[in-house]
Amino acid sequence: MKFEYLLQYILSGLTNGSIYAITAIGFNIIYNTTGIINFAQGEFLMLGGMSAITFSQYFPLPIAILFAVIVTSIVGALIDFTIIRRMKKPTVLNMIIITIGLSILIREIALHVWDEKVRSLPYFTGDETTSINFFGAYIPPQVLWVLGISTLIVVFLGFFFKYTVAGRSMRACSSNITAAKLCGIKTNNMITFSFVLSAAIGAVAGAAISPIAQTQYDCGTSLAIKGFAVAILGGLGNSTGAVIGGLLIGILESLSISILPLAYKDAIAITILLIILFVKPSGLLGKSEISALKEF
Amino acid sequence: MNIKRFLSIALSLIVAAVSFSCKKAESGSIKIGAILAVTGPASFLGAPESKTLKMLVDQINVSGGINGKKLELVIKDSGASPAKAISFAKQLIEEEKVFAILGPSTSGETMKIKNICEKAKTILISCAAAEVIVNPVAKYVFKTPQKDSDAVKKIYQTMKKMGISKIGLMCGNTGFGKAGKKQLEKIAKEYGIKILASEVYDKKSTDLTSVLTKIKAKKVQAVVNWSIVPAQAIVAKNMKQLNMNVPLFQSHGFGNIKYARQAGKAGEGIIFPAGRLLIANDLPDSNKQKKLLLDYKRNYEAVYKEDASTFGGHAYDALTILVEGIRRAGTDKEKVRDAIENLKNFPGTGGIFNFSPTDHNGLDINAFTMMTVKNGKFVPYKK
Repeated sequence: MKFEYLLQYILSGLTNGSIYAITAIGFNIIYNTTGIINFAQGEFLMLGGMSAITFSQYFPLPIAILFAVIVTSIVGALIDFTIIRRMKKPTVLNMIIITIGLSILIREIALHVWDEKVRSLPYFTGDETTSINFFGAYIPPQVLWVLGISTLIVVFLGFFFKYTVAGRSMRACSSNITAAKLCGIKTNNMITFSFVLSAAIGAVAGAAISPIAQTQYDCGTSLAIKGFAVAILGGLGNSTGAVIGGLLIGILESLSISILPLAYKDAIAITILLIILFVKPSGLLGKSEISALKEF
Repeated sequence: MNIKRFLSIALSLIVAAVSFSCKKAESGSIKIGAILAVTGPASFLGAPESKTLKMLVDQINVSGGINGKKLELVIKDSGASPAKAISFAKQLIEEEKVFAILGPSTSGETMKIKNICEKAKTILISCAAAEVIVNPVAKYVFKTPQKDSDAVKKIYQTMKKMGISKIGLMCGNTGFGKAGKKQLEKIAKEYGIKILASEVYDKKSTDLTSVLTKIKAKKVQAVVNWSIVPAQAIVAKNMKQLNMNVPLFQSHGFGNIKYARQAGKAGEGIIFPAGRLLIANDLPDSNKQKKLLLDYKRNYEAVYKEDASTFGGHAYDALTILVEGIRRAGTDKEKVRDAIENLKNFPGTGGIFNFSPTDHNGLDINAFTMMTVKNGKFVPYKK
């Protein structure tokens, strides 16, 4: 294979990988606080993308995205206030079923608020035809935006969970909710906050990938499935792992296309996922001691 | 009275009221059923189709109905699910006792209810494209969209004129994509066209540059993409981002200007076959379709404030063909069926329909015309 084609496959892999990565990060926040997987995470991306597109008709792009983040965060908070908080028995299984239900609900509401049409935000730099030439291979600038934003989010989250009181309280909730309560942490508020934060990050991600992947009322599910797989691959709860896992899957998928028909792409990705989980059940960067403490 | 009791009584009253009002059919009206994918993955077909039907039925009823009889339209949203289409078909035939069924929007659904309608002797005019719907011919089943194979032939004819002989294919993994792939591969030889790469991708793909890299490496002279939204726009964008400077051909599924807008600047120069609705303004005045195309377009865009598409046109054709049958033969199902089968030179949005006992589609390759995108608008393709 010629070098420039090899490079092109890798760069194409980065495009898809960046989408997987930024989606996967969102799963980690709620997991880090409550120990559950929020299956409505894909819908946060969709809401972020859709509302950013709507706002962008009236405001410049950065403000439109800001508003979209605010709207989606409010939805995240509402979900917790109206449903999660009022559960009598908030077991992991119950919460998972509820988030699956919520994802269907949000999707249907979005279908009525907007419609069935496919939309997309304008490219942050350049337009549909712009791409950066990199030793004979091409990469659209939006991919660099997505990667940049993912990195920023990872750095921010790392700092937040390690050094701030709120972040540490959130982690305490996930380790042992009773002990956290005894320490005086308002666990309910922390869970609400985790939904807000993950909705906000989902919204940013949804807006960032909208120019590449386009947004439709039901685009959340397929994004969430890949994002979830990547989050597990990287080690649940670990945002750096999510980014590395996402890029890895993206590049491997892309390279598999060069030799095999495209139809096998997902099979390749899932096989790799399985192999890694056999060898290292806690994921690439996950620690087995930590995952042993979790219920799920 | 406690609240629960009150609520349950109120609810049952509402249910009773609703069911009563449903039963009350206007005497002397003709009930027409429609099964359309108004929501779900094929909503880009079903939504404009249902809007078109509602608009047309209103127009017909305002102007006095057919032979003095009003039309009553029952639309069922199948969400493109064949299982739902089956139960709706049974419901429409057995409970609603409809005169005829329009739709479904997709080929998969149509094939599932073809036999149900055939057995119940109910006319079915499908808005779906696959040729298997009318080949072999079923007595009561018709369809309005043009044939896939004619779209392919039209594309290959154009390629031949352009001197293109080596191409790469990309198809979505939908019923539409798979049917197109089969036709593209089958007919290529007839036109001396070599397919160097043929790839099927997931309909929800978010980026297709890796597949295009593979096709690019084969040094093709053109790319044909056979899919529905949103991949149509993604392929166009990715080709430009990869600096691929060969022409991109799309299927007749590209027939809505908003898809071209989706692709933005990357949509310029896409070549595809479609019915003449999209370029109605550019047609010569002698064209038999021109007046009805412009009327439909103007009315649809005035009522719904969105661009008319060829998909809504399929429903327009289905209803106008049925109405013409009723106008000629009255309200006897058998006679109406015969009238439709013998309809000749009937202009619709898809083309000029010429039905016969062996052809329940009634359109030929001339129903298509090649178009391209120029300055964000569809214009006739000239070479």
